[in-house]
Amino acid sequence: MTAATGHWLVLALPVLVLAFFVISARLEKRSIASFWRRNGTAVSIYLLGAVGLWAIFMIVLPQLFMVEMSFRPKLPPTQMGGPRDIYTLQNYKYFLFGSTSSTDSWNVIHLRAFAITIVASVLITLFNFAFCYPLAFYMAQVATAARVRVLLLMLIAPYWINEVLRAFALRVIFAGSGVLNRALQGMGLITEPFDFLGADVAMYVGLSYAYLLLLVFPLYNAVESLDKRQIEAARDLGAPWWHIHLFIVMPHAKPGIASGCTLVFMLTSGALAAPLVLGGPRTLWFTPIVYDRFYQAFNWPQGAAYAFILLLTCVAFVLAVLRLSRLSLGEMTK
Amino acid sequence: MTADVVLDDVTVRFGPFTAVDHAQLRIEPGEFFSFLGPSGCGKTTILRTISGFIQPTEGAVRIGGRDMAGITPNNRPTALIFQNLALFPMMSVADNIGYGLRVRGQSRRKRQARVDELLDLIALSDQGGKMIDELSGGQRQRVAIARALAVEPQVLLLDEPLSALDLKLRQHMRRELRAIQQRVGITFIYITHDQGEALTMSDRIGVMNAGRIEQVGRGRDIYDDPKTEFVASFVGENNALPGRVAAVAEGLAAVETGFGLLRGRNPRGLQPGQPAKLFVRPEALRVRPQGFAADVADIAYEGNLTHISLRAGDTPLAMLIGAGDHTQPPNIGDHVTLGFAEHEATVLPAGP
Repeated sequence: MTAATGHWLVLALPVLVLAFFVISARLEKRSIASFWRRNGTAVSIYLLGAVGLWAIFMIVLPQLFMVEMSFRPKLPPTQMGGPRDIYTLQNYKYFLFGSTSSTDSWNVIHLRAFAITIVASVLITLFNFAFCYPLAFYMAQVATAARVRVLLLMLIAPYWINEVLRAFALRVIFAGSGVLNRALQGMGLITEPFDFLGADVAMYVGLSYAYLLLLVFPLYNAVESLDKRQIEAARDLGAPWWHIHLFIVMPHAKPGIASGCTLVFMLTSGALAAPLVLGGPRTLWFTPIVYDRFYQAFNWPQGAAYAFILLLTCVAFVLAVLRLSRLSLGEMTK
Repeated sequence: MTADVVLDDVTVRFGPFTAVDHAQLRIEPGEFFSFLGPSGCGKTTILRTISGFIQPTEGAVRIGGRDMAGITPNNRPTALIFQNLALFPMMSVADNIGYGLRVRGQSRRKRQARVDELLDLIALSDQGGKMIDELSGGQRQRVAIARALAVEPQVLLLDEPLSALDLKLRQHMRRELRAIQQRVGITFIYITHDQGEALTMSDRIGVMNAGRIEQVGRGRDIYDDPKTEFVASFVGENNALPGRVAAVAEGLAAVETGFGLLRGRNPRGLQPGQPAKLFVRPEALRVRPQGFAADVADIAYEGNLTHISLRAGDTPLAMLIGAGDHTQPPNIGDHVTLGFAEHEATVLPAGP
């Protein structure tokens, strides 16, 4: 199969999906006429047009083209569409085994970076949860309305500053002659400056901080909907505080915990600014490698393949965790 | 095991607002005691003070002789049933009932035995595996009772738990609650604004108004012998005739009202000249050859009872005639004269 047919296939897929929805709507006896009647012509056209354009041009087509690209070889522009432009798994093979000239049997550097990224993202997500849960609980169940407003403002305000600027600000704090080192030296706790950047402390702090807020809000909403009297009832029945959190509050907040943690995990594993700006010289995070495929190696097909490996692994991981915690995707949006 | 509950001069203030004002009361071990009052009278505050969610501003709560100051709800020998029940929706019926035992670290097997026993008590033996939202309102009610009883409290506190049920179920649950209380033999403290509930279930009732316990007594005493204007008008229907005490003699007082001089019992020992209200129950009011004049405004026939609305001048009055009274009810528009037996009317001090 050549790339030309591949392009047609990619373009045909959204049409097929649309046809599927139209047919299933017909089978369920939901007539398009009634949709038209309920909303009026103008609104109907707007709804169909807006949702359709959004879904196809913003979500479906770009992703499909990236998937398609990931199966193609890297070629100079003159040879694109030529006889050598055939579908191949070589980009995915490269991720596992490295180039053919490499002596290692596995592509150790990339695989290790990939594993570190996944494991570290899980740990950062857990850390963020441990950090956000008490805060969310306090805001949702303990604090007065006025105090909640102040807290929310204090949480949101730092995020008005853009991500890159925040990352550089952290770099200023953690640098060898930075604020933190000078403070520690000033207090006499250390004599030599500690290399926070080289030890990846700065990067992990940056990554934790970057998406903290995205966990606080789902947690806050979930805990807030818990009836205070459930907590009182548990307390009245003799439950100690940790038991109430573990068996009353958290089960209730499970959908919020799941959606918040999924968000943080996905964004952390795909974060770019913090690893690029705050990573030490020896740091290997996976997203800068993907970035390099595109802009250093100018190998877009390989970059696409790497990005998809990361995406699919994360999705599979999240679905597995949801399955284990007996949650469906539908419940998460409640 | 059961225990008595003593409120020793308990006052609870929230900022400038006094929710409970110098409550002094002893509830006997094994008693079914109700706090009756309108919403906002402080009865829920009293209950939450006994259960430990609120600390009294002044005074002390003693349960079984032990001062409860500084003892948290989870360490008190009480269990509270919430108005909305607060059952745990993500747990099964059996897990709900066993929750209190689980936090006490009881083994699953021992827990199971006790849970089965309680499921029998509330007649839900085979429903332990169900989730809460699969139960009817009355069943949930019973699960909430079982969950509270599982921890073997010495005192069970109930915060209007029947208010969410429909009338028929509520009446059924009254009998059931009373039966459960007599079986387990522990002290029940019940909060309600429904005098029917309080009168049918309780050994004694404390009538509350604006943070104060106005009167404590058996249901019959409170109905027949109210000691304050509030109790007289809140418990049961009552006709109030305001006036001024004209003369007193032998436990009776004569009140000069807008309808002439009327006599009633004088339980508070009012003296001539004091402002007073004479209360007479609708069932005590009768059409008589002599008395004060009124017009029949409306008649509602209910089979066993006939409700008659009257107007004496500007004052609306109610009269109740039972089917067994052998009294001929008047007709709408009739001009009648009314009277009552002296010992069936009560003269009480008029409020400010």
